[in-house]
Amino acid sequence: MDILTLFVVVPVLTVVALIFTRNLQQARLTALTGFLIQTAMAFHLVWKYLAERKAGNNDIMLFTKDALWFPDWNIHYSIGVDGISVLMIMLTSLIVLAGIFVSWKVDDLPKEFFISLIMLASGVFGFFISLDLFTMFVFYEIAVIPMYLLIGIWGSGPREYAAMKLTLMLMGASALLLVAILGIYFHSSADGNYTFNILEIAQNAHIPVEVQKIFFPLAFIGFGTIGALFPFHTWSPDGHSSAPTAVSMLHAGVLMKLGGYGIFRVAMYLMPQGTQFWTDFFLILAVIGVVYGAYAAIQQTDLKYINAYSSVSHLGLVLFALLMLNKVAWNGAMLQSLSHGFITALFFALIGMIYGRTHTRDVRQMRGLLKIIPFIATAYVIAGLANLGLPGFSGFVAEMNIFMGGFLNNDLYRKILTVLAVSSIVVTAVYILRVVGMMLMGPPKEEHKNLPKVFWYERTAIYILIFFITLIGILPFWWLKIIEPGVENFLKPFI
Amino acid sequence: MSWEQLFSFMQNEILIVLAILILMMADIFTGKEKKHYIIHLANFLFVVVFLAGLNVLDKEGTLFGGSFKTYPLVAFFKSTLMAGVLLIMLQSVTWIKKELIPHGFVSEFYILMWSSLLGLFYMISSGDFLMFYLGLELSAMPVAGLAAFEFYRRRSSEAAIKMVMLAAVSSAIMLFGISLIYATSGSIYFDQIQMASEVPLLELVGFVMLLSGIAFKISLVPFHFWTADVYEGAPTVISNYLSVISKAAAVYILMILLFITLRRYEETWTVALYILAVLTMFVGNLFALRQQNMKRFLAFSSVAQAGFILLGVIGGNVLGIKTVIYFLLIYIFSNVAAFGVVHMIAMHSGKENIKDYEGLYRTNPRLSLLLMLALFSLAGIPPVAGFFGKFFLYSTAASKGFYILVFIAVVNVTISLYYYLLPVRAAFLRRSENPIPHFKSDIYSKIGFIILALGLILIGIYSPLYEYIARLSEIL
Repeated sequence: MDILTLFVVVPVLTVVALIFTRNLQQARLTALTGFLIQTAMAFHLVWKYLAERKAGNNDIMLFTKDALWFPDWNIHYSIGVDGISVLMIMLTSLIVLAGIFVSWKVDDLPKEFFISLIMLASGVFGFFISLDLFTMFVFYEIAVIPMYLLIGIWGSGPREYAAMKLTLMLMGASALLLVAILGIYFHSSADGNYTFNILEIAQNAHIPVEVQKIFFPLAFIGFGTIGALFPFHTWSPDGHSSAPTAVSMLHAGVLMKLGGYGIFRVAMYLMPQGTQFWTDFFLILAVIGVVYGAYAAIQQTDLKYINAYSSVSHLGLVLFALLMLNKVAWNGAMLQSLSHGFITALFFALIGMIYGRTHTRDVRQMRGLLKIIPFIATAYVIAGLANLGLPGFSGFVAEMNIFMGGFLNNDLYRKILTVLAVSSIVVTAVYILRVVGMMLMGPPKEEHKNLPKVFWYERTAIYILIFFITLIGILPFWWLKIIEPGVENFLKPFI
Repeated sequence: MSWEQLFSFMQNEILIVLAILILMMADIFTGKEKKHYIIHLANFLFVVVFLAGLNVLDKEGTLFGGSFKTYPLVAFFKSTLMAGVLLIMLQSVTWIKKELIPHGFVSEFYILMWSSLLGLFYMISSGDFLMFYLGLELSAMPVAGLAAFEFYRRRSSEAAIKMVMLAAVSSAIMLFGISLIYATSGSIYFDQIQMASEVPLLELVGFVMLLSGIAFKISLVPFHFWTADVYEGAPTVISNYLSVISKAAAVYILMILLFITLRRYEETWTVALYILAVLTMFVGNLFALRQQNMKRFLAFSSVAQAGFILLGVIGGNVLGIKTVIYFLLIYIFSNVAAFGVVHMIAMHSGKENIKDYEGLYRTNPRLSLLLMLALFSLAGIPPVAGFFGKFFLYSTAASKGFYILVFIAVVNVTISLYYYLLPVRAAFLRRSENPIPHFKSDIYSKIGFIILALGLILIGIYSPLYEYIARLSEIL
């Protein structure tokens, strides 16, 4: 079996193994084993990818494999990766691994919890390796549906409402996407040999401009909804705040990245003229998302809502950068996807740990946590600083590239929008520092004096995430080297 | 026409008649205490008929001067229907033991159901309107009897009466339509009518009447009003049969009529079907949203599903036939599974409201999982089979450029997802003070459920099945 298919097969095997487990102990060990293998495979993939590029392989996609699935519709199981997907796969396996550590003590239906979590992960992996629109869409939906159960069963607060809202909005968006995919398919070639293969469609470049103008917004909104595009982001704060910790991590950290990834892989790459026609419009939405998300975060008092809105703001930057259509901005977008993935996962993990101890997520109810749970509090400060773009952490590198890229454009419109987007950094600093000040500083509250110590599995999760946040911050060029060939290839239709 | 041809072309029908006769004889010779042996015998007989049916999949030919036709596609479709009936029979064992045997019935249930199936077989194999109408009536009347099987319950009898009345009216209208067609074209043979066209307008009126009769069977809006009441009142097994088997057969004959006999009017019926599809999807879905009773819920859901099927029919011809038949196969599995779970729960606890399902997963995990699979398949969520079926239906409509119709359909899928998630929410997300207690299904239902679960997962992913159907459709 080829090395990419294993990324879907191993989670499925883990799920099968989980079916036979009897208690929490067995379930979490099985899940952990499965994902340790998965993470090892992810690093192996990065290593092999680098070796392959070093050997001079300049294909757009590496490790490709193609099997005919439905010959009648020319649907293939077609897979392959470039640098961007390799890093996304690595991000996913690390975050799921951290998520398993964080959910070490799920007491209600543990087996079902890990099964749903890993089903979700297998959908995400499948999405990142697919080159065929049909397969990609199948995996996309597989990733969305377990979310309903995860939030609905193990969530907190208005979990049923949040789960239903999230599922319906994302499935509604995927319905738009489906129409777009069919539109692309039936215009994919001149001779009637329609294809779902992304590379072939791009090569044929046969989709008429008029058709692109119709289907680009459908595809953009379809993917954009899961990437928290402004007015379609409303599922995200509710969903994140009700979801259990590991699911918030996975969702904000990975699932929302499917949006940006899909937009640049499918919507933009296959419909370049459509993209150019619509960028001005969608740029406004992206900038509104960036600024509005940041201001909304100031208003919130619930830790999870603060970070959910912060995600809206930071993922708005990804969409913003993609719409700038130049290399620097796109590098920034990819780095931002990675960096935000780690940072937000760290945030949600920490919030879960704080909530597990203080039983509140309201910042006004907490004080002086730095003195009581110094490890968690310090990690929270690190996450906060990384999030507001302090040099040395991943957020800085990513946002620097994005704003540089934005400003590289010569027209005034884009320059003004970039300035507006940059203003979000200041607001980000406000809401991060405000939380740190209110929650961590000052004299501790009486009832919080005897909070439990940090457990080893919690430490492990935090270490993993912080390690990668700093690694991106310190060695951005190493990551850019992996990302760049992919960005260059996918920018070609625009040059 | 030799005897040999007769036996090979009509093997399914002949064997069913034989099975009915054997069952009748067996019923006479078994005492009152031993009636439950009839159940084993009936299931065994039908498995034999089904397996024998797989042997004549490749036969092709006509009988009785063209009134009866068989070809690989129709033979395959008959096998599909038989598989559906078999799955329904497996589920009905508990019900028969509990409700029918105390009243002294057993074989009547099987005989009526098989007769109805026989009617459907004649209907889909028909080459002229005479055979078509005979088959249709043969399929409709026994179902009315079946719907009234729990005669000691008022609702059951009410359902049967409603069905008989409405079916009679729709048959009358259809028969009038057929006579108009005969009057204008001078023929009752499907392939001769295709050519003749002397008084097109009158003929068109005839076709409209004919189609409304079939639309009644498929329960398209605005011919759907009987559906919810009859499904709710009739025994669940019968609702199950009505919602999948007779609906699927009616869709099949609708396609044959449209694509072969009515080719000339393609522009007209495309518009008509377009409107019917939009209406059916919206009305079915919007009514399903508010249902509390699982049977009514599934009734409106099956109305909505008929709307989605029309998407494939509009796509027309070969592409339409293969995607629709593939979808029907999946639809049979999904709906039989959903109804089967509802039926089992109603049998063991007497409850059939969505609210009663709260906390079901914690007491009956496997049944809840099957329910979830079935509902996800109906909603069209991968990797369950329903997604593949629906995707190909959309593609078929899109291949003719009906992007707006596809858009309306996907909007409806999102609406439908809401109500398909309601039972899932009750079973998985909620907890209840007094959930439905754990119970064990009998061995027949267990076998049926395992086949259904495997089918729901595999029919979609395993593409050779679709390719097989596609190949059969192209020969047609």
